[in-house]
Amino acid sequence: MRLKSAIVFFALAAALALPAHAQKTLRIGLAEDPDVLDPTLARTFVGRIVFAGLCDKLFDLDEKLNIVPQLAAEYKWAADNKSLTIKIRQGVTFHDGEKLDAEAVKFNLDRHKTMQGSNRRGELAPVTSVDVLDSSTVRLNLSGPFAPLLAVLADRAGMMVSPKAAKAAGDKFSNHPVCSGPFKFVERVAQDRIVLERYPGYWNKAQINFDKIVYLPIVDSTVRLANLKSGQLDFIERTAPSDWPAIQKDKRFKTSKIVEIGYQGVDFNVAKSDFAAKSPVRDPRVREAFELAIDRQAIVEVVQEEQADVGNQWVAPSNSWYAKNVPVPKRNVNRAKALLREAGIPNPSFTLMTGTTSDAQRLAQVIQAMARDAGFDIKIQATEFATSLNMADKGEYEAYVLAWSGRADPDGNLYNFHGCKQPTNYTGYCNPQVDELLNRQRVTLDPAERKKLFERIAAIVLKDRPIVYLFHRHWLWAYNAKLSGLRTVPDGMVRLQGLKMN
Amino acid sequence: MLAFLARRLASILPTLFLVSVMIFGLQQLLPGDPALALAGEDADPNVIAHLRAKFHLDEPVPMRYAHWAGGVLHGDLGESVRIQRPVTQLILEKLPVTIELAVLALGIALVIGIGAGIASAVFKDTVWDYAANVFALWGLSTPNFWLGILLILLFAVNLGWLPASGYVSPFEDLGENLKAMILPAFVLGNALAAGLMRHTRSAMLQVLSADYVRTARAKGLDERVVVLRHALRNALIPIVTLGALQFGELLSGAVLTEQVFSIPGFGKLIVDAVFNRDYSVVQGVVLFTASVYIMLNLLADMAYFAINPRMRS
Repeated sequence: MRLKSAIVFFALAAALALPAHAQKTLRIGLAEDPDVLDPTLARTFVGRIVFAGLCDKLFDLDEKLNIVPQLAAEYKWAADNKSLTIKIRQGVTFHDGEKLDAEAVKFNLDRHKTMQGSNRRGELAPVTSVDVLDSSTVRLNLSGPFAPLLAVLADRAGMMVSPKAAKAAGDKFSNHPVCSGPFKFVERVAQDRIVLERYPGYWNKAQINFDKIVYLPIVDSTVRLANLKSGQLDFIERTAPSDWPAIQKDKRFKTSKIVEIGYQGVDFNVAKSDFAAKSPVRDPRVREAFELAIDRQAIVEVVQEEQADVGNQWVAPSNSWYAKNVPVPKRNVNRAKALLREAGIPNPSFTLMTGTTSDAQRLAQVIQAMARDAGFDIKIQATEFATSLNMADKGEYEAYVLAWSGRADPDGNLYNFHGCKQPTNYTGYCNPQVDELLNRQRVTLDPAERKKLFERIAAIVLKDRPIVYLFHRHWLWAYNAKLSGLRTVPDGMVRLQGLKMN
Repeated sequence: MLAFLARRLASILPTLFLVSVMIFGLQQLLPGDPALALAGEDADPNVIAHLRAKFHLDEPVPMRYAHWAGGVLHGDLGESVRIQRPVTQLILEKLPVTIELAVLALGIALVIGIGAGIASAVFKDTVWDYAANVFALWGLSTPNFWLGILLILLFAVNLGWLPASGYVSPFEDLGENLKAMILPAFVLGNALAAGLMRHTRSAMLQVLSADYVRTARAKGLDERVVVLRHALRNALIPIVTLGALQFGELLSGAVLTEQVFSIPGFGKLIVDAVFNRDYSVVQGVVLFTASVYIMLNLLADMAYFAINPRMRS
């Protein structure tokens, strides 16, 4: 009895000692630790989630991936589409109180284009110069029409930092980033937390209901979920598919699901190097047989526990840019066998390079087992990420399981992967006709015309199959049931405007 | 003693030099291009070229070593490419966390390990002995990440007594700090206690059968005095060595435990750096922990002198 009383006493004492829940703080569990917090230099998906609280952009995306103005008030293309005039929103200030005007926008775009190590330079390559027309108007002069420009400016290239702070900090700016978003930077403890607090001068402050945002990188998905369940986190991103059914049933939490704008697929070394000269995968019939041998729906069920949309293109079938003229093919083992016989390689053998995580290996194993039915002999080579990237870049592989986080405009999922000699063209695919179409879609601003060009590209590229696209993952969010106002935009960013704890 | 200390100190410098060469050399053997890994998924050729130039990756290996070693001699361990912070700053930020975790874990390990070891030796072949052995086996064979997750589920999710993970500085809130550290320290200490218990047990058994212990008992000394003052003191020598080695290991970071409990210590720092090919961080942290390890060994050697008078002659 005495023991029981002691336990009750200690339980009560421990419960009372727990901190009172701070209503005005939102704690978000991230799946990784972000990289450098400078929009010009940043390169990770998870970093963009933090930027959503810290840095506003010239444009933003809505739930249907439409581009809407954010720091821009309005915009207008020139008649020849070779320049874009942007009117900047009035009354916007940076976290250091500096005014966000046309000069600041020019400074930022120039910084993106010229700073050493800038990751934005490639994205803004068609922007040749920026003119300040008046205190709130800039004109971006382009080397030619460039349809993806607005989407580019709706991502990190459109984020504006304080010129005064950036000049003062130089390349140390990321240690204390100063932007114009709803929250300002307070501190960062590497691999532990990033703390932001409400910026009172925010132009859209009526939409902000929290005083403080704390981002906590917790790599292990089980621990991330445990933190949500124990009340230490209010929101977690990238919940593990295996935890999804249980968390959906738990009344204390709400869930949201988004189809990613990226994809998961298999790259084939078709002409990247001499390495695969003797590889059977260079024969397009072998790649077609491979695609026919796999069952995407089964892959999604086994590997992703149904938390993905099957797909065969660089965008998901639910995306408005999906080319409907090339639908997802059905599994057809007999046809695959016939193709292999026709190619004179009834039992093609090749190595599939994949990541070292259990998910990546499970995907490779399921592919291996399915392809075996058609006569394929696939060897799995689990390779650590940095090494695999190096091998892919040098073309020292035959097939490679690769994921891409995706961009809002399909060009971002396509151009650098299938254009001749582009940076992420690991397959070595180079088709002059595709190159010409890829360049044409970039200069075509009319969406209907552009969509027709994507359909033509799909008809060729998906027949040549340098990449066999498999599926599009779901971003699985779980959060406190009292949280409302969450917007599910397919880019997977957690927008803080409108979020509220009831 | 002084001559011994001087000899040991003189051997430290060449050891550190060799360690630095090995750290640098081994890192070169890591496959993959660091510039490519650090450039991110966009793989922008301009960024790759910039990173190559910035980190001298286009220069021969000896030159790169000279750049790094020159910086180290001037107290500059370089800068993390991934988050653009000086490595020294990162080390200083993580060091108190790692030291606290190591001290708490070792404290738990010593209390449990030595206590169980003594009990097991003194009450040899009794239920206490078997229980201590079963405990040791459990500690050695339980994976840290598994035990960690189970404890999180029990104490954080089900009982709600402790936070599931994370770290609070003791200067911010000591109570919260201890709450956050108790589970990871226990998980680490539990595993270390097993080894300490086995060593204590065998050392104690050996000492307890020694002539001087028999003499002490024959003199009619109290059994507690015999065990704690006469036997344990001699048996402690191998335990001190083991404890110092374990402490050194703890300081180099408890990778899995830190990962499970999201403790921002050396383990997490170095693992992330290896995967991201953040060379400066890997080199800086490994060199630092290697130096600490060497110093701890020196301290352990000196502790022998304090414990065992025979070594002073």
